[in-house]
Parts: sequence; structure tokens; C-alpha cells
Amino acid sequence: MYPKDLRYSKEHEWVRPEGDEVVIGITHFAQDQLGEIVFVDLPAAGESLCAGAAFGEVESVKSVSELYSPIDGEVVAVNEALTDTPETVNSDPYGEGWMLRVRPGDASLVEGLMTVEDYESFISGA
Amino acid sequence: MRFVSITCEQREAMLAVVGAKTVDALFEDIPPAARLERPLDLPDGMSEIDLARHMRGLSARNRHAGDTVVFAGAGCYDHHIPSVVDHVVRRPEFFTAYTPYQPEVSQGTLQAIYEYQTMVCELTAMDVANASMYDGATAFVEAALMACRLTRRSRVLVAGSVLPEWAQALSTYASSGLFEAVTVPARGGAVDPGLVRESITEDTAAVLVASPNMWGSLEEVGALARAAHDGGALLVVAANPVLLGLLEPPGALGADIVVAEGQSLGGSMSFGGPGLGLFACRSEHLRQLPGRLVGRTVDVDGSAAFVLTLSTREQHIRREKATSNICSNHALNALATGVHLCALGARGLADIARASMAKARYLRDGLIASGRFKAPWEHPFGYEFALTFDGDLSGMRDRMMERGYLAGVPMPSPEGETVVFAVTEKRTRQEMDAFIREVGAL
Amino acid sequence: MTEELAHTPEGAPVRGPRGLVFEIGAPESSCVLGPALDVPDLDSATLEELGLRQRPPRLPHVSELEIMRHYSHLAEMNFGVDNGFYPLGSCTMKYNPRIGEDACRLEGFAGLHPSQPYSSVQGALQLMFELQEALAELTGLPGVTLQPAAGAHGELAALLVFRAAHIAEGDPRKRVIIPDTAHGTNPATVTMCGYETVTVPSGPDGLIDVDTVCSLLDDQVAALMLTNPNTLGLFEKRILELTEAAHAAGAFVYCDGANMNALLGRSRPGDMGFDALHVNLHKTFATPHGGGGAGSGPVCVTSRLATYLPAPVAVRRQDGTFALETPPDSIGRVRSAAGNFAVLVRAYTYIRAVGGDGLAEVTDQAVLSANYLKERLKDVFDVAQDRTCMHEFVLSSSSLKRRTGVRTLDVAKRLLDHGVHPPTVYFPLVVEEALMIEPTETEPLSALDAFAEALASVALEAQTDPDLVKGAPYTTPVRRIDEVRAAREPDLRWRPSD
Repeated sequence: MYPKDLRYSKEHEWVRPEGDEVVIGITHFAQDQLGEIVFVDLPAAGESLCAGAAFGEVESVKSVSELYSPIDGEVVAVNEALTDTPETVNSDPYGEGWMLRVRPGDASLVEGLMTVEDYESFISGA
Repeated sequence: MRFVSITCEQREAMLAVVGAKTVDALFEDIPPAARLERPLDLPDGMSEIDLARHMRGLSARNRHAGDTVVFAGAGCYDHHIPSVVDHVVRRPEFFTAYTPYQPEVSQGTLQAIYEYQTMVCELTAMDVANASMYDGATAFVEAALMACRLTRRSRVLVAGSVLPEWAQALSTYASSGLFEAVTVPARGGAVDPGLVRESITEDTAAVLVASPNMWGSLEEVGALARAAHDGGALLVVAANPVLLGLLEPPGALGADIVVAEGQSLGGSMSFGGPGLGLFACRSEHLRQLPGRLVGRTVDVDGSAAFVLTLSTREQHIRREKATSNICSNHALNALATGVHLCALGARGLADIARASMAKARYLRDGLIASGRFKAPWEHPFGYEFALTFDGDLSGMRDRMMERGYLAGVPMPSPEGETVVFAVTEKRTRQEMDAFIREVGAL
Repeated sequence: MTEELAHTPEGAPVRGPRGLVFEIGAPESSCVLGPALDVPDLDSATLEELGLRQRPPRLPHVSELEIMRHYSHLAEMNFGVDNGFYPLGSCTMKYNPRIGEDACRLEGFAGLHPSQPYSSVQGALQLMFELQEALAELTGLPGVTLQPAAGAHGELAALLVFRAAHIAEGDPRKRVIIPDTAHGTNPATVTMCGYETVTVPSGPDGLIDVDTVCSLLDDQVAALMLTNPNTLGLFEKRILELTEAAHAAGAFVYCDGANMNALLGRSRPGDMGFDALHVNLHKTFATPHGGGGAGSGPVCVTSRLATYLPAPVAVRRQDGTFALETPPDSIGRVRSAAGNFAVLVRAYTYIRAVGGDGLAEVTDQAVLSANYLKERLKDVFDVAQDRTCMHEFVLSSSSLKRRTGVRTLDVAKRLLDHGVHPPTVYFPLVVEEALMIEPTETEPLSALDAFAEALASVALEAQTDPDLVKGAPYTTPVRRIDEVRAAREPDLRWRPSD
């Protein structure tokens, strides 16, 4: 449910470092809470992200949730496939359901995020 | 009259179940200082016989389209409404229903709206239409707000040829400080696309025009679209839906959002309300569309079914971030419009547009020939046109009303005050000849 | 479409859509013929100058009989107040008297053009003036405009009035406080009026937390926006303290008048200290909801604010004649024309039909009926607040869900099989698995009892056969709908290639 090699935020995003960049998506817990996702609204490549600020939205039929950036950085790539198949976020949140590839402004922020153990205890307390 | 079904005896039994001695006991949460300790100062109730007489009496104090000849428009038109329209609208399953939030028992309303949405798209040549808004003026304002969201700009240019009431509604909404509405003056009966282009700044979200405009003139929509797009702005066009049966629709001329007052498609004039706000846009702008939308899908058995959809745009879900605060549509009026367009068909609508335009030209020629009216400009027009009157316009309208004519709508212009006449397919040559004769003899 | 329709059983009476109106009729069919042209037709040069459509709109081509059959079929798939009990909380689905339908169709009302000289519409203007006076008396707020087309539109007009008043007094402000139980239109309106929303939580008693509100009131708060009784059906007992505190801080207090059916003749928002409220004529004053509109949302304000009301308002002049006027400091128009006049005629007719005493009886019975139903249901479902309610109350399926897995949505859908319309569900947001029930005064006792029994039997089914409830409805024209597909693959219009 929660891969060991990822870092997690309190807003239920995961971050996977890949070289100089990181990949961002939402966790299994988040997709389960949202239910069937029908629309994902993401920023365009080139836009900058601010840690703690909203960068997009996910929608189910009757709810909207904002996505909060776990880090500062610049968007390098966006998962365009989610436009047509937002349900991938439900079925494969850590794989095909990724959302953004980002060049972090300050790589140390990633280190400040929760480990899988921390996240699991965070959500079991939630 | 009384519409409470419960009897005094039942009321006592209900109080016993509730455990209250009197009904007063149920209102104890209201602080004494906020209680109304006297009877309401309103007239007593009436019997149906007396009330019907009273209502007929009030209505008899009005002149109306049944006893006058209407040559007025300005957004509200005296078109013929086929009998079948009201017979459908009076089905209580339609008019006593709420918003179709429970789709399993609301397929009638939902399918009717889906069909209406399709008809609006067809008329305007746009991709998507919403389930309707309050009226043309509020649809116009919502279009401005939508354009601001889409472009992330906060200034709109509104043509000085838009109906004053619509422009006033826009400026009232702009008093929120969310956007600024700047008027581009219109001269010679229309707005100049060149002037519009010059007026567009980096902060201009949209150019808003009406075609036909407040004087009935058709604007150069294609050139306006190029001007708007050239400046990175959107073009919003308010159209006359009857004319769309015959004339090139704004969607085919480059408009990004098309709105219209839909009263002329099956709605009675009713002193101007309720109207019906037609609203259509391009599919790429769907997520910023205000108002309800009906979509087609399937049920668990795989049967075709309709449902309100993409509701995350709306206030009940997105609350302070909603695309609009609107929480209704004019569903019953949209139903009437759907039935009306079924009754007319494409050919009937084109015939009505054509007949209205032909008659408008007949009246215009006759009024000018009478010597009392002059054309302030020559412009292509639909079935509404502006003339100047040689004399006291307000006095003329009052005196013609006494004779049984609603003689146009006064409309300001930079070239002086005009009177705008509308001529629908209902008007006859005989009525027009008599009007020309009588107004000429004033 | 055709393929999907194959799933509908052959010969089923009213089972699902039978086809779109675009798909029936013969291409040459039409119904209404244009009048014979008694003037010269448009010549080709004129037509060319006007710019003809390249392609005619693809409108239906059907005969009058086909129209009636099609829409009769659609009507049969609908459920209205005339079909059965419709206890939608906060929507006041009362009976719509038929005399109002007749009155608004009188030629002397339906055939009026908005630009007619006032002398030719004295009856209409008198009706509007008297309706304004009646609403002023009922609400205790003397300034009335009939312009707004709906409740949300009234909210917008009123907040713009507040804004104009503050600006005129040299005291512009930024924020509006609303409780977490508020209708979604409230925060959406706040945004459209250029304010920020501050949401305050309700206390454990279901009422707004007065201390929290007071701590938030400062010189940047433009207004406090309340619903009273609130959406839990509870009267805000400390309303006088709230309005006093807001006024002391220079803020206005707005009342969402959706729940006026609980107050007629008993209490007036003006006497509670509210500065403005909208009235939903389509709720309290029995005009039909029409499947979503047209309604009407007049706004009533204090005499201090009357000068800012949107234009126009109906007035009686010194000589006794009636006219429309623009208030001196009006915010301007919020729409075209003077209001949803046909709706105003119906509401006026209703007020004159039942009269002052009758309106007081309306509220008394609405409140008694709600309390009666709450008593009958409180052992079956959890009650959000188990105390005397006003015209509506909120139940919760929380414990039912814990015990059986059956959710409020399932209960609502199963009620459809019992021939009643479900209550408002999942609102207010502060109650889990909420069912918000407003019976209205017009329902007979037998309907209230039948509803209580239907809900009880659904609760019982949830224990014995939860899957039955989760699969409901079974008897409706269509069954549970694939809303996910509707949202993922939006199909918002017919196209001929379908």
C-alpha cells in the first residue's frame, strides 16, 4: 500500500526522488478517501511550486480536493495521460497515476518529509 | 382558501405525540423580544371565487398583448407561442418537481434539459450549453466572469450598443471589485471593430457585444472576433435566438461564449420575467462554465439515463470557489423552449425569422414615408430597428397606447434619442398600415 | 443510444428513456406553420447582406402528437409534489395552489411588455407594490425589492447593498462570516461580491458559537450571514446577542430566508436584528419549483439600507398611482426587467388566498408536522439534535451504517421504491450521513405516517437484507446511475452521428 522508497506529506502526497528531480503523486490512502476520481487539474510544465501551496485539484463526482505541494520547485513534466484516464490515480497511484515531475528548489525539503513508517502511523491516527 | 390538510382533531393528536400542550410551546426557542405578539397586519384570506374576481380585476387594469398591438422588443418579444407549449408545461410532474437531484425519478426533467442543451448548441453553433440561467442579462454577466477566470484577466470591454439594462447589470456585478467593465462607445448604430481592437489592453479578458444590438443593428461579429482574439481576449456575443434560425450563428463567426435571452422561444412576456438565459461555450472551456449541466450516461442495468453532472464546478460542492453562486436554472422555461423548438422545427424557426424581418422592413419603410420618423443610420438589422421621432416621443407613446399600440421602446444613442420598434411574425399588414396612419396623424 | 435502449424490456410501461426527440419523427415533419406573408418577402440582396446560416440547426422534426407523446413520456418519468410526499429539507416542497397557475396566465399579466407606460400597467404595479408591503410586514424589514430571480441572486443583491452602504459611509470592509452549516450559495455569493469567507464551526448544540463569532468581529467584517432557523432546523436562540455584537462592530447581518416557513406570524427577522434577508417565493409562498426554476428571491432590508436597493422598486405615488423607481443610492440593476413577474403573481395570489391568519397557521402546522415526524422517527434513526425543532430536522444514518453498512444514499434510493421522494441527503455537512427532512404544512397526516413507516421499513430491511437496500431502487424509470461515467466522459448534447 505504501512503498518504502517514497517520502510522504501530511496532505497525502508522495515524493519519489529520481536523480536531480522528484516525482509527485497522491497516496493510496488519499485516492481511497476520494473515491472514483473523475478529473485531475494540474499545472503546466514550467510553472513553479511553493511548499504548502495548492498546485492542483482532484475531483470525484461530488467532491473536490486541493493538491498541496510538499516542496518548492519547478514543474518539469506533467502526466498528460490523466486528462483522459484520471481513474489511473485510483488503480495505480504510485505508478501510472503519477502527477508531476519536479526539479526541487531545495532538495533538503524532501528529507524533511515523512518516511513510510511515519506516514503509516500518521494515517492510522487520522 | 386553506391548503393545510390536517384537521383540528389531528392537530391535537399530533401535539400529544410531540408532548406539547400547545403549538406555542414549539416556539419557545424564540427569545421573547423577537416574538411577534400580534396578528399579522395583512388582509384576511379569500374564497376562490372572490380571489379569482380580484385577480381578474387587477389584470384588467393593464393593457396587454391581447388588446394592444405590440411593436416593442428590447429583449422581450411578442412572438406566437404554439398551444402545445403550455399544455406540456402544465404537466404537474414537471412544474411541481424540484431540481433533479434524484435522477432515478427525474428523468423527465433531465432528458428535457439534455435536449434543450442540444438545441441551444445547434442554434448558436457552439459545443456545450448549460441547463440555462435566470435571463439574458445575467447570462451576459456570467459570461464576463467566466472570461475573466479563463484568461486570468480582470477587465472586460462592453460595447456601448448593448441593451442598457444588460450593461447596468454588468456594472452592478462589477461593483464587487472583482472585475472592471469599460464601455467602448458605439457610433452610427454599431460598435467599430477597429476601436474595439485599440481599446484592448493586456488586462482585457473579453469583448462583450450584442448582435443584434440595442438598436436592432447587427454587429460585425467576425471582425470583432478577430479583434478580440488578436488582443488575447475572448469574444462574448449576445444573440437573438429567433434570428439564429436563419442567420449565421456567432459560433460560426468566432465567438467564444454565446448568450441570449430565450423568452422569445416559447415564453410569455409576463412583464419581462421570468426570462431564460441561454449560455453556450466551446468544449475546452467546459470546466469554467457556470450553472447546471445534464449529461447522458447509463444506469446499473445499462439503460440510457440522464444525470446532473460536472457538479464540482457548482456552489453546493465548491462553495466559495464555485464558478458561480447560481443554485437554480430556469428549468420550466427551458422546457417550454424545448417544446417550442420542437413545434417549429428548423424550417418553422427560419420562417418566423424571415417573416418577422420582412414585416420589420415594411413597417420601417412606412414610418419613414410618413415623414414623422427618420433613419439615424443604415445598418443591417433583424426584426428590430431604431428611428428618430420628430416630436415628443414619450407623449407619442402614451397617446398611441391609448389608441391600442405599444409604439416601440425609447433608446438613447450618441446621435440623439431613438425609438426602437420590433415587429414579430404576429403583426399583420393591416395593423402596420393603421399604426403608420395613426402615428403619422398625431 | 439505440444499442443501450435494447436493454430496456420490451413493452415496459414507463421504464427509462425511449429515445431522444431528435431521433423520432420524419425529416419533413413539422407542426407549426408560419403565417402567410402579407408583406413583400426579403429580397436576395438583403438576405446576402444579413449573412445566412451555412447549415440549418438540427432541430427536431415532429408532429404535435409526437410532441405530446414524447413529453408525456418524460413527464411520467418525473416525480413532483403532485405525485407524492417530497420532504426535501430546506426546499419547502409544499403544494402549489392551482389558482396561482391560472392567475399568472391571465392575459392582463402574461401579455405585458416591460416597456409599457406605467399608466397602462397599473394593475401589475399595484400587485408588485402590495406584494412588497406584505413581505415587509412578514419580515419586519420595510425596504423591499422584487428583482432577484432566485435566493442566491437575492443574496448577491443584498451583499452588494452592504458593500455599497459601507463604501458610502467611508468604511469599506473585506470579510463575511458564515457558519459551517450554511447553504453552499452563501460562500459562493460572498466570493462573487468581492469578499472573503470566514467559516465558523457550530457548537455541540447545533447552534452557531456566539463567542467565536464575537472574537472574529472586527472592523474588516462586512457581514455575518446566517440562516435562522439554521439548516439543522434549530432556532438560533442567541440571535439578539449575535446581531447586537455584529452591529456594535459595524457589520451587517444577513438572513438566508430559505427557512421563512418556520417564522410566518411568529417572529420577524427584522425584529431579530437582521439588516437584510431574501425570501424564496418558490418555497415559503407556494410558487412551483418547476424542476429547478424559475423561482424568485425578493430582498427585504432595513429602512437605512432601502436607499441602496437594486433598481427598480414599485412605489405608490402621492396621487395614488403606481410606478417603478430607482432608489436614490441604488446599486443598480441585477437583471433585466423588474422581477420574475409571473412568479410574483403566483406568490401574491397565495398570500391573498390564505391571508394573515392563514400564513400564521402555515408556520404553526409546518413546525408541528416536523416535530411530529421527528418523534415518530427518533427511535429508528439518530437525531442530529434531539430537541424541539422548527420546520425541519436532521436525522443521521451513522449508527445504521456502522451496524449494517447501509448508507444514507442507500436509504434515500430505497425510499424511492416506497413512492416517496427522499429527504435532502448529506446536508448539512456537519452531520455525518445526514437526512434532512422538511414535511411542510400541506401534507396530510396519512402522508406523514406513511413516510415514517417507509423509513422504518427501510431501516428494518437494512438489518435483514442490506444488499437489497444497497441495490435500490428497483421500481423507478431508471435504476442507480453511473455518475462516474457521466463525469469522466461528458456527453452533454446529442449529435447526429451518435
